[in-house]
Amino acid sequence: MTQFTEQLPVQSEVAPDMVVAERVMKQFGSNTVLKNISLTVKRGEVMCLVGPSGSGKSTFLRLINHLEKLNAGRLLVDGEFVGYRERDGKLYEQKPRDAAVQRREIGMVFQRFNLFPHMTALENIIEAPIRVKNQPRKEAIARAKVLLERVGLAEKAKAYPGHLSGGQQQRVAIARALAMDPKLMLFDEPTSALDPELVGEVLDVMKALAKSGMTMIVVTHEMGFAREVADSLVFMDGGVVVETGDPREVLANPQHERTQAFLSKVL
Amino acid sequence: MASAGHTDRAAQATVPPGGGDDAPLIRAIPLRHPWRNTFAVIVLLLFAGFLYDAFFLRTEYHWDQFGKYLFDARVSQAAMNTLIITVLSMVSAIVLGVILAVMRLSPNPVFKSISWVYLWVFRGTPVYVQLVFWGLLFTLYKSFRVGLPFQTPWVDIPFSFSIDVFWLAVIGLALNEASYMAEIVRAGILSVDRGQEEAATALGMSWSQTMRRIVIPQSMRIIIPPTGNEVISMLKTTSLVIAVPYSFELYGRTRDIAVSIFDPIPLLLVACAWYLLFTSILMIGQHFLEKRFARGLTMTDMTKPDVVEPQSKADHE
Ligand SMILES: Nc1ncnc2c1ncn2[C@@H]1O[C@H](COP(=O)(O)OP(=O)(O)OP(=O)(O)O)[C@@H](O)[C@H]1O
Ligand SMILES: [Mg+2]
Repeated sequence: MTQFTEQLPVQSEVAPDMVVAERVMKQFGSNTVLKNISLTVKRGEVMCLVGPSGSGKSTFLRLINHLEKLNAGRLLVDGEFVGYRERDGKLYEQKPRDAAVQRREIGMVFQRFNLFPHMTALENIIEAPIRVKNQPRKEAIARAKVLLERVGLAEKAKAYPGHLSGGQQQRVAIARALAMDPKLMLFDEPTSALDPELVGEVLDVMKALAKSGMTMIVVTHEMGFAREVADSLVFMDGGVVVETGDPREVLANPQHERTQAFLSKVL
Repeated sequence: MASAGHTDRAAQATVPPGGGDDAPLIRAIPLRHPWRNTFAVIVLLLFAGFLYDAFFLRTEYHWDQFGKYLFDARVSQAAMNTLIITVLSMVSAIVLGVILAVMRLSPNPVFKSISWVYLWVFRGTPVYVQLVFWGLLFTLYKSFRVGLPFQTPWVDIPFSFSIDVFWLAVIGLALNEASYMAEIVRAGILSVDRGQEEAATALGMSWSQTMRRIVIPQSMRIIIPPTGNEVISMLKTTSLVIAVPYSFELYGRTRDIAVSIFDPIPLLLVACAWYLLFTSILMIGQHFLEKRFARGLTMTDMTKPDVVEPQSKADHE
């Protein structure tokens, strides 16, 4: 009998860690964006990813969500390989359909919201559950309303994105991602495109989400959020993890020179 | 003399100091454009002269014949045929154009190449020549064969039917137009922000779902105006189907009548009058379509009534 079970590098307990990256490398042409990234995100953990522009933070999130393919190392989400399958010691390129199936359970929130402008807030939220998960329309609508209420926008169900403020749009985008019942949420600078007075409302939603036990990876420059909510903080620069640890400790007492230089600019 | 009144009004327009009222509306005397008016008068005079000459001095126009044939049953039937050919070929061209554009942008290299070659051939040769080829279709291909080269075919079914020249004309126009529509649709698709595709993909939607549900609906705004132009252009291009040869559309019909009465000018005018009528109607239609889609641009009128549904609170408990 051929053995089809995948050889997990982590100890195969009941529930593997949510994200395991081992020496992950990513190149665009000759430009090596991620050199050697190893990190682990446990279930229910909130990890903040910080680093200067161009250090590869977005690229790392996109790798986790199968939007890019890694060139070396291994990346597992919830115990499953991303980008390829390992079988009998051989690597097989992943089918787009399998990638889509894995992706369903990973929510992603973008810096520029990327709401669908031709759909109302409610339609934005129910689109994927109906089309991708074949959820009955009624059920999807009921769920969308609950989610809108959760992000404080129950009365905006019928508004088009063009009619919402940036903060409201981002909260709808979070609700849209949550509608797929993700086990992992990726946030790529979710408040960077917002006016300062709108940042708080989005962070509040994210804090509530973290409190509910959601596993989250958050790329952000909001150190207050990191200090208050995150379980771990990773500082990336030049495609490598420079420093990692408890956010309160790292922020108060950065060990590495580059971390100190970066934090002195951000804080 | 105008400047005196101008200063008076300017004095009135000063804002009351410290007043909480709005500033008074500016009522400046409009700029004069004397040369513009002179030029307009000259153009109008020349045009009036041309019309007078055409209607009263130039007997070759035969306006009596024009009046006689304008609403001739054969002519209005031909006008109808022109309209039908335009609609049929345009609708098929749009459908095929969307397919070609999506193929061109798909990640599949085979689809990409097929679309590229199609465009290369159909945009790279004159539509008139293509129409001649379609007319020769059943002269070129006499039977349907399946088999290996240089051997007796396994199946050999001679074409016992032939397609009406009307349909050959429609096919010819549609296949040519599809290549232009494909480029218009492609431009529309490319105008949609990349983040839209990324967001849809991140939600687990497949590439074709992303296209159908997210990207193409948003590209309509860019696609509609040039498509309107293509419809108007197609209306006039139907005059070339004589190459197939199909001659029961407007131009072919009026030309045949002209030959039979040995008087080409009035019938050319008849054809022009009908073409102008149709293009005018199409331009009005295009105007309203563009207005509708400009509305989507600002998003101001697109909001559905922003009301809280009465039962929504209860739903959440
Ligand atoms: N699709 C791509 N093709 C080629 N190069 C890319 C691509 N995506 C990203 N890069 C390059 O990878 C590097 C890292 O980009 P990335 O967006 O991951 O940085 P980042 O840390 O998110 O920066 P920022 O804070 O500005 O968002 C940059 O130099 C960028 O030019
Ligand atoms: Mg980034």
